[in-house]
Amino acid sequence: MRISYREAMRQALREAMANDARVFLMGEDVGRYGGSYAVSKGLLEEFGPERIRDTPLSELGFVGAGVGAALGGLRPIVEVMTVNFSLLALDQIVNSASLLRHMSGGQCSVPLVLRMATGAGRQLAAQHSHSLENWYAHIPGIRVLAPATVADARGMLAPALADPDPVVIFEHAQLYNLEGELADDWRCDIARAAVRRPGTQASVFAYGGCLPKALQAADELAAAGIDVEVVDLRVLRPLDIDTIAASVRRTHRALVVDEGWRSGSLAAEVIARIVETCFYDLDAPPARVCSEEVPIPYAKHLEDAALPQPAKIVAAVKELLNV
Amino acid sequence: MTRERKPAVGVQAPPPCKSKPAQAKHSPVAAPAKRTRKDRAAVAAAAPETPPLELRLLADMLRIRRMEEKCAELYGAGKIRGFLHLYIGEEACATGTMHALAAEDSVVATYREHGHALLRGVSMDAIMAEMFGKAAGCSRGRGGSMHLFDVSRRFYGGNAIVGGGLPLAVGLALADMLQGVRRVTACVFGEGAMAEGAFHESMNLAALWQLPVLFCCENNLYAMGTALARSESQTDLCAKAASYKVATFRADGMDVRAVFDTVSRAAQQVRAGGGPAFVELQTYRFRAHSMFDPDLYRDKAEIEQWKQRGPIHSFSGQLKAEGLLTEELFLAFDAAAAAEVAAATDFAEQAPWEPVADLLKDVHTPAGADEGGAR
Repeated sequence: MRISYREAMRQALREAMANDARVFLMGEDVGRYGGSYAVSKGLLEEFGPERIRDTPLSELGFVGAGVGAALGGLRPIVEVMTVNFSLLALDQIVNSASLLRHMSGGQCSVPLVLRMATGAGRQLAAQHSHSLENWYAHIPGIRVLAPATVADARGMLAPALADPDPVVIFEHAQLYNLEGELADDWRCDIARAAVRRPGTQASVFAYGGCLPKALQAADELAAAGIDVEVVDLRVLRPLDIDTIAASVRRTHRALVVDEGWRSGSLAAEVIARIVETCFYDLDAPPARVCSEEVPIPYAKHLEDAALPQPAKIVAAVKELLNV
Repeated sequence: MTRERKPAVGVQAPPPCKSKPAQAKHSPVAAPAKRTRKDRAAVAAAAPETPPLELRLLADMLRIRRMEEKCAELYGAGKIRGFLHLYIGEEACATGTMHALAAEDSVVATYREHGHALLRGVSMDAIMAEMFGKAAGCSRGRGGSMHLFDVSRRFYGGNAIVGGGLPLAVGLALADMLQGVRRVTACVFGEGAMAEGAFHESMNLAALWQLPVLFCCENNLYAMGTALARSESQTDLCAKAASYKVATFRADGMDVRAVFDTVSRAAQQVRAGGGPAFVELQTYRFRAHSMFDPDLYRDKAEIEQWKQRGPIHSFSGQLKAEGLLTEELFLAFDAAAAAEVAAATDFAEQAPWEPVADLLKDVHTPAGADEGGAR
C-alpha cells in the first residue's frame, strides 16, 4: 500500500487511541485545527475533545501536565508543535520526565510520548529550523526516536507507548509528504538501527530528514561506481552501537550525516563510539557532514548551503575513499 | 531547638485573614502519620486513645519541629549534606493542610517538604535515612532532602525546581478527571513560584479545564533572599490567582486551626467539582533559606517579631487556655516526638549504603517492574 508519512503517523495514532483507553493526544491545535502538520486531522471527530485535547500555547504547562497524567495512570501522547517550541518545555522534559523514576528511587515511571516536528529546509528562518535531537539524546532516562520512513512513522508509536519511560519522537517536517510503500509487516522495534541500503566501500550513517539525502547520494555514488552502505540510526538514544560497528567492520569507512550543528553534535557522539569500538577496523579517519555553524538563514540559497545536501555527502564519501 | 518567644505587649498583629478559626471538627480522613512502636506507646501512655484533632495537630507540629532541629544538628555533624531547607516556623501550614486532605488525595510538594512528607505518612525512619543517603531512605538515597517521594501514599515529591511541581499537579488532576476518579491534587509551593511561568500556565490550564487542583501557596515573604515586594508587581497573591477565575482563600499560616479550616473548605469545594482553588497561607520561616544562607537580607527584629507568633507555642497556649491541654500532656507529646527522632536517627545511622554496583538502577524501568502506585 502506498502511503504518506503523515498518513502513516495518523494511522498509528488512530490505532493507539482505539486500542487503549488510557491513550490521549494533547497539544496545540491537534483537535479542531487538525494538527499544524495535519497529522491528527479527523481524530477529534472520531475520539472527541477529551482525548484529542487542544491546549493553550503553554508548552511548559501542557508538557508538565503530560508528565503528571503519565504519573496518574494514563498514556499521554503530547504533541509539541516543533522542537523549537520544546525549548519552552525543556524544564519539564529534563527536570521531571527523565528524572522522576531515578530520583524517587524507582517508585514511579513516566510513560509519556512526546512528538515534535524538527528540522529545516522550508525557509522558515532561524527560530523555526532547529535540529536539537542530540540535546535530548544527551539525557539519561529518555529514549529518542527519529522515524525516517513510512514504515517507521507507522510502526514506532506503538512500542513507544508500550515503553514505561518517556520517549521523544522527532518527525522531520520535510518528511510529512514523503510517500512510500508500506509493507504488511510494518511493525518494528525501537531499539535497533537499520541498514537501508547494503554496500561495501563506506558506511553512511544518517537519521531523520538526512536519510533521504543519504540515499540519494548513494544512488549518485553508485552511478559513479562507488558502492556505499546507508544505515538509518533510527534510535538516537540509546544508540545501537552493535549495528553501527557491524557496518563499519564490513566497509572500514564511516561518514555520519547530521542536520545538527557540528560542534557537540550527535555525529560527534556516533564517531566517538565508532572510534572507541572499532578503531582498528577503520581504513580512514571517520568523517561527518553537518549543518554549517550559523543560525539557519531565510534565503533559499543560503539555507541550502547551510544544511547537509546530497552533493556534500557525495563529496565527503569521495574524500573518505580518496577518489 | 529554635526558640519561640511569648508575644510581647504591643506587637503588631499579622495582616487580617479571611478565615475564621476552625471549629473543633474531625479531620475528614487524614491518615494519622505512621509512628514507631516506641512513639505510639509514649503517646498512648499520656493521651486518650484517639486524641482530638487539636492535639493531633499540636503533636504533629512538634514532630516536624523536633525532626528538623535534629536535621540541622546532623547537618553540622556532616551526616546530612547537600541542600537542606528547614521549615521551622512554618509547621502550621503543612500540619493544617495535610490533616485537611484525604488519604486518597495526591500531594506534590517543594524542596522544603520534610514536614509534608512526614504528615503524609512517610515514616520518620525513611525520611531520615533519605537525608543520610541510605538505601532505606524513602527515595533509596537517590533524592535526598529535596526529593522525598512515597508514591504509595500519593506523595509525588520533593521538587527542587521552583514551580516545577505545578504542571505535574495539573496532569495528575487531569488523569483523575479523565478516569472519573474523585480526588484532590494538592500542590504546595512558595510565593516565589508565583513569578514563574509555570504558575501562570498551570493556573490557566487547571481553570480552563476545571481540574481538581488545590494550589497551596505558603507565602513566607521571601523567595530565597528576595522579599515579596521586590519580586511581585502585585503583592496581593489572591488577587493574582483570582485573575484566572479561580476561587481564592487566605489564612494565617501561623495558626494551625485557621490553616486546617481554610484548606478543608477549599479542598471540599475542589472535591465537589468546583474546579481548582487557591489558598494563600501567610507564614514565615524562622531559619535561613538553606544551610548555606547567611540570612543577611532580613531585619533581625522582623524575625524576632514573627517568632513571637510561633505556631507551636501560640497553639499550645490557646489549647491550655481552652482547657484542652495540660503541661504534662504537652511534655508527653514532646517526649514522644523526641523519641521518634532519636529512633529515626539511629535507624538512619545503622542503615546500609546502597552498593555502588546498583548505581545505574532505575534510570529506566526494568521489564516487569511496577510503574508506580498510581495504577
